[in-house]
Amino acid sequence: MAGMDLTIVWAAIIGFAIMAYVVMDGFDLGIGILFPTFAVGDERDQAMNSIAPVWDGNETWLVMGGGGLFAAFPLAYSIVLPATYPLMIAMLLGLVFRGVAFEFRWREPSHRQLWDIAFSLGSFVAALAQGITLGAILQGIHVENDAYAGGWLDWLSPFSLLTGVSVVVGYALLGATWLIWKTEGSSQRHARKMALRLGVATLLALAAVSAATPFLSYDYWRRWFAMPGVVLTAQVPLLVIICSATFFWALRREFERVPFLMALALFLLGFVGLGISIYPYMVPRAVTIWEAAAPPESQSFMLAGALVIIPLILAYTGWAYWVFRGKAGIHGYH
Amino acid sequence: MLGQLDAVTLARAQFAFTVSFHFIFPAFSIGIASYLMVLEALWLKTGQGVYANLYRYWLKIFAVAFGMGVVSGLVMSYQFGTNWSVFSTKAGPVIGPLMAYEVLTAFFLEAGFLGVMLFGMSKVGKELHFFATCMVALGTLISATWIIAVNSWMQTPAGFALNAKGQFVPAGSWWPIIFTASFPFRLVHTVIAAYLTTAFVVGGVGAWHLLKDRANPGARKMFSMAMWMAAIVAPIQIFVGDAHGLNTLEHQPAKVLAMEGDYQPSPDGAPLILFGLPSNEEARVRYEVSIPHLGSLILKHDPFAPLPGLTDFPRDQWPPAHIVFWSFRVMVGLGFAMLGIGLWSLLARYRGKLYEWSWLHRASVAMGPAGFVAVLAGWVTTEVGRQPFTVYGLLRTAESHSPLAAPAVAASLLAFVLVYFSAFGAGTYYLLRLMSKPPERGESEPPGVPQRAAGITPASGVAASPAVKG
Ligand code: HDD
Ligand code: HEM
Ligand code: HEM
Repeated sequence: MAGMDLTIVWAAIIGFAIMAYVVMDGFDLGIGILFPTFAVGDERDQAMNSIAPVWDGNETWLVMGGGGLFAAFPLAYSIVLPATYPLMIAMLLGLVFRGVAFEFRWREPSHRQLWDIAFSLGSFVAALAQGITLGAILQGIHVENDAYAGGWLDWLSPFSLLTGVSVVVGYALLGATWLIWKTEGSSQRHARKMALRLGVATLLALAAVSAATPFLSYDYWRRWFAMPGVVLTAQVPLLVIICSATFFWALRREFERVPFLMALALFLLGFVGLGISIYPYMVPRAVTIWEAAAPPESQSFMLAGALVIIPLILAYTGWAYWVFRGKAGIHGYH
Repeated sequence: MLGQLDAVTLARAQFAFTVSFHFIFPAFSIGIASYLMVLEALWLKTGQGVYANLYRYWLKIFAVAFGMGVVSGLVMSYQFGTNWSVFSTKAGPVIGPLMAYEVLTAFFLEAGFLGVMLFGMSKVGKELHFFATCMVALGTLISATWIIAVNSWMQTPAGFALNAKGQFVPAGSWWPIIFTASFPFRLVHTVIAAYLTTAFVVGGVGAWHLLKDRANPGARKMFSMAMWMAAIVAPIQIFVGDAHGLNTLEHQPAKVLAMEGDYQPSPDGAPLILFGLPSNEEARVRYEVSIPHLGSLILKHDPFAPLPGLTDFPRDQWPPAHIVFWSFRVMVGLGFAMLGIGLWSLLARYRGKLYEWSWLHRASVAMGPAGFVAVLAGWVTTEVGRQPFTVYGLLRTAESHSPLAAPAVAASLLAFVLVYFSAFGAGTYYLLRLMSKPPERGESEPPGVPQRAAGITPASGVAASPAVKG
């Protein structure tokens, strides 16, 4: 059925947008999370400069994820957002603070301290809220008659807190490895030290979440451990082991790019793992992607544009990154 | 006090608060992006340093305002789902794709080229940099187009069918969904509004510095440019606003009647009510001051043409007239005040006193924020006038909201108020400080430039940077 295929295509596009968001805004939120550990002055300025030209583009993927969900799966959008209401508001407010800090911190030296705090606190809150939201979706949302039917604190559980902390740690790892690539001198040394610790912490978090997920529901269990699926799913942990080994080896050899690429690979694998757990649901165990889908006319209208425009976006985004390639300097003139 | 407010009222207050804050920034960034494009083009063409300096001066201001536009806009794209989930489920298949196109065609474009525009002058050379400026300006206009299409569909819905779940779904072609009856009017009116808003900010800043130093070349140039804009565009805006009103009378008559305060039908020509206190309870305007037949002359272009009254419509379809009556008058009043400044500037030019007439400068400083007030008043008129519906005539506001408890919405509203006032209040302070400095001869570029990059030698960086002396 044509409509069915379209829906899968859109699920893939939304998945791609969310993934793009996580890896791109992930490292710049991560830098915010690590910000307090960097020395005031050159180190912080360098960290900030390494993301100032690109953060807006990174965050646009979040708008794409939300807007795409609204357009292609309106039902999922209108169930998940009320269900995670306080988290969404906290995330948005966090992003407000960190977003304005990019410009504000340069405007008045005596206020810089304040905006540095806003930057790191905002980044932390946004990352935490995203992580808890992930857990809340995995553990299930109470749906009746196509609408959210739970209370406004249903999302809170030990599991969702675990995913929240994991995402914070993971983003911080992305941020640290990005800084290894983009900075030099004392900033780079500091980033390397942080990356080592965060690498260990991320693996622990990944293990804890993976261990806990199958206990949330029998569905997840069956998906991961029953034959013949296990032949496929077993590849994910295997690849995780390979990537983490490469990560630590590259860190020790003082490679500049490999640690970041391996951290990305770990995120990608985590994401594939999530996909395996959730598919074909949009809201686990309540609404499938087909139930949540907008009619085929809406999806095909957007697809025509998306197929042409997304490659273009990737091209000029790539160009923008390329323009700002190399090490980030400390001398802006402010 | 919050105890008496229900979740719908609170959600409406929250939406009105966040979107009003949001729109303040786009109203400025749409106009300033185009202004920057013009400045850079003039600089490339004439090589005059005054344009390069003005470019850098306004670029710093743009960067601060744009950042606030981005984060407040991000909030908006999630507000539909958090607070208006029923509306989102029902209208998502129709307006969702338009908003997705906005992201794809506009937001990425703006964001992708913004970094180069702000920080890339020394890295990409003049032509590519100009190209980046053009793309950002284009992005703001494309963004306006899509979002206005969405809003216009909510005002004058067309091209849809209702499916079994009660969702609005496209009936076939997307053409009628995008080009609804009110879309062209609203788009033109809003974009012009953004240009006027910017012109008055630029003019106000120029005038402020002229009052202190009439010889400052940057201040003279920006004041003159802004006054041309005011003189040419303000009359166009009044003309377009009139056409917009006629169109609204055709498609949303109750809205216009509320704006005019016409409760009773006027079979042989409606008066124009200048002032008064409309009251939906009493179905009349208290203390009214009116001019006979002028209302029909304006709305029908014929003093004796009959007009209906709000009482011709079911009472549960009346918008809150006391709000739109006044918001409309604020907007129109400011429109005429802008026209006044424009004409005054022409007179000043004719007399050769454009840079010397202090009273013109004082008036321009006072009118600096006028655009923002007019834009907000305009949107309040449009949106409150659409009440009690979210999709005009089809979906009621009271049936659009999320299944949320009032305390949750009240808490988030409070958080928004606190955060917006502190963050955007600080931003406004920084903007005013930037504006209070006169444009210097060697304006610096905005902050945060990663100066060193592989592959580009310092020498080529210097050559490419516009270090022209003014
Ligand atoms: C007439 C123009 C206009 C109107 C009515 C709106 N906006 Fe807007 N918006 C813009 C014009 C604009 C802009 C000028 O294009 C901005 C300002 C800064 C920016 O990035 O683009 C923007 C930013 C902006 C962003 C951030 C984009 C980014 O990350 O780069 C989002 C998500 C929205 N808007 C969403 C909305 C929503 C959901 C609205 C309706 C309630 C809305 N806007 C009204
Ligand atoms: C940016 C300029 C805008 C401003 C200043 C503005 C202002 C307002 C105001 C004041 C309200 C509250 C009306 C009331 O409750 O009485 C409102 C509600 C609303 N507006 Fe707008 N609006 C703007 C643009 C838009 C756009 C472009 C859309 C569509 C995408 C939109 C969709 C809505 C919705 C869904 C509501 C909530 C339901 C309602 O109360 O009508 N608005 N807006
Ligand atoms: C005297 C001249 C003006 C007239 C007659 C006029 C007329 C109108 C009317 C009738 C509406 C409501 C449209 C609706 O019902 O949907 C409107 C909305 C609006 N006005 Fe004006 N207007 C004038 C001047 C201005 C000025 C000077 C500005 C700003 C600089 C402005 C900004 C807006 C905006 C942003 C809206 C909301 C968007 C829209 O619906 O177009 N207007 N105007």
